[in-house]
Amino acid sequence: MKENATIRAIIVDDEDLARQVIREMLKTHPEIEIVGECANGFDAVKSVAELKPDLMFLDVQMPKLDGFEVLELIGSEVAVIFATAYDEHAIRAFEVHAVDYLLKPFRAERLNDALLRAKERIGKKPAAGPDQLAAAARSAEFAERIVVKDGTRVHIFPAAKLDYAEAQDDYVALASQGKKYLKQQTISSLEASLDPKNFVRVHRSYLVNLERVSRLEPYGKDSHIAILSDGSRLPVSRSGLTRLKEFLGEKA
Amino acid sequence: MHPILSNFRRLLLYLSAWGPVSAILVYLFATIGGLSWGRAAALAVPLCLYYAIVCLSAWYSCRNSPAANSAAWLKHLAAALITSIVWVAVAKGLAIALSSFFQTFAGLDHQVSRVNPLLLGSGVFLYLLVVALFYILLSNEAAHEAARREIEAQSLARESELKALKTQVNPHFIFNCLNSISALTSSDPATAREMCIRLAEFLRKTLGLGERSQITLQEEMDLIHAYLSVEKMRFGARLKLEESIEPGTLLYSVPPLLLQPLVENAIRHGIATLTEGGWIRLEINNGTPGLLAIKVENNFDPEAPRRSGANIGLKNVRQRVDAMYASRAKFDVTAGEGRFQVSMQLPAQTA
Repeated sequence: MKENATIRAIIVDDEDLARQVIREMLKTHPEIEIVGECANGFDAVKSVAELKPDLMFLDVQMPKLDGFEVLELIGSEVAVIFATAYDEHAIRAFEVHAVDYLLKPFRAERLNDALLRAKERIGKKPAAGPDQLAAAARSAEFAERIVVKDGTRVHIFPAAKLDYAEAQDDYVALASQGKKYLKQQTISSLEASLDPKNFVRVHRSYLVNLERVSRLEPYGKDSHIAILSDGSRLPVSRSGLTRLKEFLGEKA
Repeated sequence: MHPILSNFRRLLLYLSAWGPVSAILVYLFATIGGLSWGRAAALAVPLCLYYAIVCLSAWYSCRNSPAANSAAWLKHLAAALITSIVWVAVAKGLAIALSSFFQTFAGLDHQVSRVNPLLLGSGVFLYLLVVALFYILLSNEAAHEAARREIEAQSLARESELKALKTQVNPHFIFNCLNSISALTSSDPATAREMCIRLAEFLRKTLGLGERSQITLQEEMDLIHAYLSVEKMRFGARLKLEESIEPGTLLYSVPPLLLQPLVENAIRHGIATLTEGGWIRLEINNGTPGLLAIKVENNFDPEAPRRSGANIGLKNVRQRVDAMYASRAKFDVTAGEGRFQVSMQLPAQTA
């Protein structure tokens, strides 16, 4: 990070007055330019894609997407300073390597400290990977919904609506109701986030929603194919078959 | 659990109570049955011991049929008859055994039929006496149980009220308010002061009303308005409240802080999830005669992320209503198609 370079920042909070207090405190920092303000998670994801800010002030509880879901979607290129009235999210914020965690209301000096840390961070390699971000975005034991970004658009669907997932290098392709979404996450981390009672890893590269499996067919010498209710055909490995049969109760 | 078999001291007491009974039986066998004292005792004492144990089984039918039920007494009478007939048979068996094993008791097997009517009569009487004893024990137990339950219900009601007071003022609400005030202090000091005053009014009302066990609906509505006047400063145009209150209903008494948490819930899980804002509808009516019908409804974004602390306020209100009115109140929660509704019916009471 060069000295005196401008830092481009956005402020994300659903309350007007909460954004206002940050804006005002930033007035004494001419090196920081506020390039956008967002009142909900959707707008935040869009603004990050369009404006490519260096720094983001982020609330946790917001309409549409909460702060951690926003982070999961935008990755860790942006330095993040959380600003929230809730102290119970601090550990998760630490896990996603947030620059700082401001508890509302806060003093200008406290914000200055956060900015000093942010300046050290900006331009350095991001520390938290996509899997860490996905894990932190989960507020319950298992994910209840899945968020995916497609360009500047955000898709949200309940975990139960996921038909199956296929590993593709660093990404997973998520199939839901006839559509496919690509998300930067490993299939193992996706598997860990979903309820194992509903989702089974049938193959090194495939995770399937048990409710969608309509039947199993032998394929070749010792492999099988799972046929889903929408007609999709997924390869099933030998260990995958054992796991699947355990859940389907041998009826297959 | 059998009240006598499960308690060694009671069992001892019960068996010793049969001592005098067997003495009386010995006496009757000797006088009315014309048996010698020795024969009467040899017959009556083991028979009493046997019958004492058999009568313990009456407990199971007593437990299953209440004493007030006359059919139950018919059942007991039938059981008494059967057990006494069996007792007569046992007496006969005992007499045969005694007469064949011991020389001294020769002929007892014939003499025993002389006490048959006596045995039959006292068998029925003794059995019914034990049944009565069990009913006394049962009613005693029921009284204890009722007293224990009442104490438990009272302490539960008090406890959940106390808990309610602790959770009523949501700390995050206060932190967010203070943050708004902090924002306003430089940009709009007059509004900042106004918000401080409104927050203070709300807190003062909450503390004051929380100490009372019943307040009027009017007072609860004033509290809700104080609360909303603060929230309106944070949410601005995003917050809309519609009220439909039947005249006269505001004079009814309700436990304090019954509706305010529901309105707060509606804001946290409803309006706060909607970017374009949302509405809360509050309806208070005279329901079916003698009941007060209250409905709090709001819209929400069904796809919104789940918020922490979900429904603690709602659960708390429900517990308090249950503790206070039990089956006299109804409480229903429905959610669907972006609408959330809490409706309750409480006994319409005035102070």
